[in-house]
Amino acid sequence: MNTKSIMIVGVGGQGSLLASKLLGNLLTANGYDVKVSEVHGMSQRGGSVVTYVRFGDKVYSPIIDKGEADFIVSFEKLESARYVEYLKTGGTIITNTQQIDPMPVITGKAEYPEDVLDELKALGCNVVSVDALKLAEQVGSSKAVNIVLMGVLAKRFDIDADKWIEALKGTVAQKFFDMNKKAFELGYNL
Amino acid sequence: MKKLMIGNEALARGFYEGGIGVVSSYPGTPSTEITEFLAKYDDIYSEWAPNEKVAAEVAFGASLGGKRSVCCMKHVGLNVAADPLFTMSYTGVNAGLVICVADDPAMHSSQNEQDSRHYAIAAKLPMLEPADSGEALEFAKASFELSEKYDTPVLVRMCTRIAHSQSIVETSDRVEVADKQYVKDAAKYIMVPANAKVKHPIVEKRMQEIAEFSDNCPFNRIEEGKSNEFGIITGGVCYQYVKEVFGDSVPVLKIGMVNPLPANMIKDFASSVKRVVVIEELDGIIETFCRTLGIEVDGKNIFSPIGEFSQSIIADAFGVAKKETTALETAVPVRPPMMCAGCPHRGIYYILSKLKATVIGDIGCYTLGAQPPLCAVDTTLCMGASVSGLHGFNKATNDAFSNKSVAVIGDSTFMHSGITGLVDIAYNGSNSTVIILDNSITGMTGHQQNPTTGFNIKGDPAGKINLEALCRSIGINRVVVVDPYDLKESERVIKEELAAAEPSVIISRRPCVLLKTVKKNPSAKIDADKCRSCRKCMTLGCPAISFKNGKAVIDSTLCVGCGVCEQLCAFGAIEG
Repeated sequence: MNTKSIMIVGVGGQGSLLASKLLGNLLTANGYDVKVSEVHGMSQRGGSVVTYVRFGDKVYSPIIDKGEADFIVSFEKLESARYVEYLKTGGTIITNTQQIDPMPVITGKAEYPEDVLDELKALGCNVVSVDALKLAEQVGSSKAVNIVLMGVLAKRFDIDADKWIEALKGTVAQKFFDMNKKAFELGYNL
Repeated sequence: MKKLMIGNEALARGFYEGGIGVVSSYPGTPSTEITEFLAKYDDIYSEWAPNEKVAAEVAFGASLGGKRSVCCMKHVGLNVAADPLFTMSYTGVNAGLVICVADDPAMHSSQNEQDSRHYAIAAKLPMLEPADSGEALEFAKASFELSEKYDTPVLVRMCTRIAHSQSIVETSDRVEVADKQYVKDAAKYIMVPANAKVKHPIVEKRMQEIAEFSDNCPFNRIEEGKSNEFGIITGGVCYQYVKEVFGDSVPVLKIGMVNPLPANMIKDFASSVKRVVVIEELDGIIETFCRTLGIEVDGKNIFSPIGEFSQSIIADAFGVAKKETTALETAVPVRPPMMCAGCPHRGIYYILSKLKATVIGDIGCYTLGAQPPLCAVDTTLCMGASVSGLHGFNKATNDAFSNKSVAVIGDSTFMHSGITGLVDIAYNGSNSTVIILDNSITGMTGHQQNPTTGFNIKGDPAGKINLEALCRSIGINRVVVVDPYDLKESERVIKEELAAAEPSVIISRRPCVLLKTVKKNPSAKIDADKCRSCRKCMTLGCPAISFKNGKAVIDSTLCVGCGVCEQLCAFGAIEG
């Protein structure tokens, strides 16, 4: 199997490391060679963050380059636009519709482009948009945005949902498992 | 057992399996997790040292004491530890001694882009560089044997993309290694000129022997290709990019021992292909070595010495077809990192910005005070440079600006190398004002304990350095503690200490808001009827405050109720 690439993008603090951990556990358990590349440190402080997940028979590069991503999972609307160049022709963007203003917007130096999702669709990208924050709050924690979006991704993936649930169990702390399972299912059943 | 691990965890696992007894390190991205993972093993001694020089010396002492020892740091940390490093090369080791250094090409979280391989050459030490987590584990394990066989410290070089990329590793059991007995040996361990003169030729001979080993070691290998039009010499993460582009079609010499390089292997490889291309991030070290062997290669004439590479950078250089991409025409605003909502540093920077103070900065989360809208920092250089830099600034200007200039430094950075600068201020008498931003943790690297927190690396109670008593004992008479959430009092104290005609230290004390132990208050709210749209609250640069429809709005998912913006609003529109 050729290597597949998933990019997880968002704002520092939104929980992308947990999402990539879930994917890593899932893909390893299903027999794939896997590489997951994260960046820690400075950029985590509210900055734009990117995680690369790649899997296949044999994976070499840990990073995803422009035009290579099969999926971009975006935890914030603007971030999906920032990284669209990385999407492969025919690839899919799964994005949270939540808006988090970056500092230049807060200070009035720049405008938040409201219609980015329409523009992405106009470019011919497959865009799946979800109010993941609302769904996460329904299960009791705004922090579950990451797992809601993993549910949305799972629906478009070749691995059975019960395998995802199994991987989720091995990824999150026991006391948060039920809440995360509900979050996953809300995303999956959309 | 097969497991997915980041390179740093795999290194820790390799050291563990290889019989490590002691690790001492100072945190620094992208090296921090090696020591954090080692601290999870209860059968070894682990610690955070105050700085990398201390950590390297602790590891040296532990090797002398008979235990396999490790010290980890980021690339700039090796500058701090360079002094012991160069002479450890002469003394050699008792039990295996390994120094891990993690470079940060593209500077994801660093102030420069230096290439640590230069240190291996300059200090005449062997250096290994893994290309994925599996190799990180193997190389770590093998490094102790190498160290003991050749009586030398061994360097292991990582880079961000290996340190922070997960790949699959195969773990095995720990090898139990008996402690080596310490035997007094003046000629080996006392580096006075008479002994060092004897040692230097031994070091040179050792490097020749390791160079022969490099030609026959398991760390370097040739992978056959399908054509001999050109061959590639590469190592580390670049090897992965090369394989991504070429698969098995091009011959590759994969370097795992980056110092000393395998001369005969390189010669043989070069003679088997029509053209040699060297692909290495940062400096052209392999390339330069090839030239000294009389081999003409392509390298930095094609590939930049700046930043990280990727598969497409390599594909482009060889004219391999580009992938199709799409891009938006709309400009996407940048999203730089910033101080968190409720960050205790914000209040102090607001005041310094308001007073138009000259701020000599330092290394940590608080470097973010340089960002708009506060723009409160004038310079940052390296760990500890704020305190000594301010002293020099005030000396050069004959204290003409000393009532307007301050140093800002975090608690951990002050412990690392701010203390000696403060000694200079007390000793050579400049009228300097130093602000210690004490957030009771090492913040930027992800919450490590330090000598001021009262806890050790395992979270157990430990010795706690009292900052006030320390500063007073150095000879600073004016030491004041403020709460940075109290803007009025903090401003009064800063003004008073700037005006004072002697050195002073202000300790701004408030734990990092991201600590789980810090209680968060309910979110503040804006009373839209009272908001006069003056945008005063926006000058704080708090990510929780934005402007919608001409009025300030507070994001309740981000706000922790620190109360700083409330103190700023002249119309009482912000309620806690």
